[in-house]
Amino acid sequence: MPGLAGFFLFDMNSETKNIKKLIIDQSLELDCGKVIKKFPLAYETYGTLNNKKNNAVLAFHALTGDQFVTGTNPITKREGWWSFAVGPGKAIDTNKYFVICANVLGGCMGSFGPKEINPETKKIFSTTFPVITIKDMVKAQKFLLDHLEIKKLLAVVGGSMGGMQVLQFTSMYPDMACSSIPIACSASHSAQNIALNELGRQAIMADPNWKKENLLPDKGLAVARMAAHITYLSKQGLQEKFGRKLQDKGSLKFSFDADFQIESYLRYQGATFVDRFDANSYLYITRAMDYFDLQKQFNGNLSLAFKKTKSKFFVISFSSDWLYPTSENKEIVIALNACGANVGFVEINSEKGHDSFLLNVPEFLKTLSEFLNSIYNEINNEKRI
Amino acid sequence: MKKEFKVISQIIKKNKRVLDIGCGDGTLMEYLKQNQQNDVRGLEPKKNLVQKCIARGLPVIEGDAEKELIQFPKKSFDYAVLSQTLQAFINPEEVLNQLLRIGKQTIVTIPNFGYWKIRMHLLFKGTMPITKNIPYEWYNTPNLHMCTIQDFVNFCNNKNIKIDKSMCLTNEKISEITTKNVRYKNIFSQLGIFLIE
Repeated sequence: MPGLAGFFLFDMNSETKNIKKLIIDQSLELDCGKVIKKFPLAYETYGTLNNKKNNAVLAFHALTGDQFVTGTNPITKREGWWSFAVGPGKAIDTNKYFVICANVLGGCMGSFGPKEINPETKKIFSTTFPVITIKDMVKAQKFLLDHLEIKKLLAVVGGSMGGMQVLQFTSMYPDMACSSIPIACSASHSAQNIALNELGRQAIMADPNWKKENLLPDKGLAVARMAAHITYLSKQGLQEKFGRKLQDKGSLKFSFDADFQIESYLRYQGATFVDRFDANSYLYITRAMDYFDLQKQFNGNLSLAFKKTKSKFFVISFSSDWLYPTSENKEIVIALNACGANVGFVEINSEKGHDSFLLNVPEFLKTLSEFLNSIYNEINNEKRI
Repeated sequence: MKKEFKVISQIIKKNKRVLDIGCGDGTLMEYLKQNQQNDVRGLEPKKNLVQKCIARGLPVIEGDAEKELIQFPKKSFDYAVLSQTLQAFINPEEVLNQLLRIGKQTIVTIPNFGYWKIRMHLLFKGTMPITKNIPYEWYNTPNLHMCTIQDFVNFCNNKNIKIDKSMCLTNEKISEITTKNVRYKNIFSQLGIFLIE
């Protein structure tokens, strides 16, 4: 590939060694005006790219995801974030499809982000890292597709922030994806979601360790995660799972220990999160989500974003998702219909809230599988004629 | 495929854009797409049926026509198709207005409440008619606004809706409705099929 240095395995950071990284040799002008060049993009692939190169699926991860979609994450040793949906025989069947996922720009799993060392100062970027946007993330991943010499994708798919990337991708590269599957997302971040992100950021910034060298704002990041985690669930889901159940005790202890199971659960979520996530990445990625407003990019008319696309859209929302409610997903559908695009939409019944797309929700997985399958068959039938 | 769909597909010209409202499991859409190269879209309120359509590779939106039709631009489809559902809407007139706005032409089919068996049922049994086409009890029927072929023709005339084609089905047999035979057809047909604009 011209201009691309190719693919390196390198030992810059002991934690993220041995993970696939593309050093992008071209310069990328960010939305904020700054230009970055020679920056790493960490990625992972699953399955095999076929000879026709028509079975590639680009999956975009959400706020706290990474490139390790399925199987065991080699860094965290935990299950990949989309293990329910991606893998051999699963909805996004890696026996059939070649799944690509890159750690987003601003992330902390090997891609260019605030955790990386600034080559000019030899110090960690931290908050000197440029503010990035969803558009910047998508542009960076386009370099990866060029490097892999993939001209046409079977599908672009993602939930939450991943869905935003799907929308951005299809609006920028209207001919590149045969199908686009934005899940549980929005075309422009709502005031409520900006507010919730700001809450998380302020929790991090309120931690006295934040911005101190060699210290991590773990407490702040944990609180941010706890608050965010509540927004990924639903009232009904929480009530059914936890109710007022007490944690390993018969009665209230009249203290501020975690008496209730829900408290203990949230504390655990916060505590484990800080082991795998960088606080500054959290700031940068939530900022990118807040800045996302595809409608504004097209002078207030969202349907113009999709005017040129031939991609087949399938928008999916979940009934109990109050973070990216069905109404916001429907706005995407309406805009697509307004420009005559090919669009299907379904709201999946689930009490698991926004997190439904990551969990074992059989109706969702079945629908996703069947949609992808129909696209795959259509492409292969067309070729046969 | 049922006869009604065959008649509808014969009305629809090749390579045209079709919106199927209440598309069910997508039988008609699939036929139109495969055999007539129609660019089809569907709207269906039942999740399980939407999923069947998605599995068949058909672009279907889950939604209720009374709320969703407003999103489609004026004349964005060559045909808007509404098969045997008009009577089930809370406000059929508004739905019909939306269809006429969205489609350059609209195909509407109605189960004919003027069919002789229905008349006989009410006359002799004195209970709400239940037939093969209208198999519901009065207390569980989704049909809120039953009408006859004559009612629909009168409606179109009163609202200045142009009827381009009108046909009827009786025991799988298709025939044309004309101004002369409409009274007769209103007694002997089970289903009316109208192409309007």
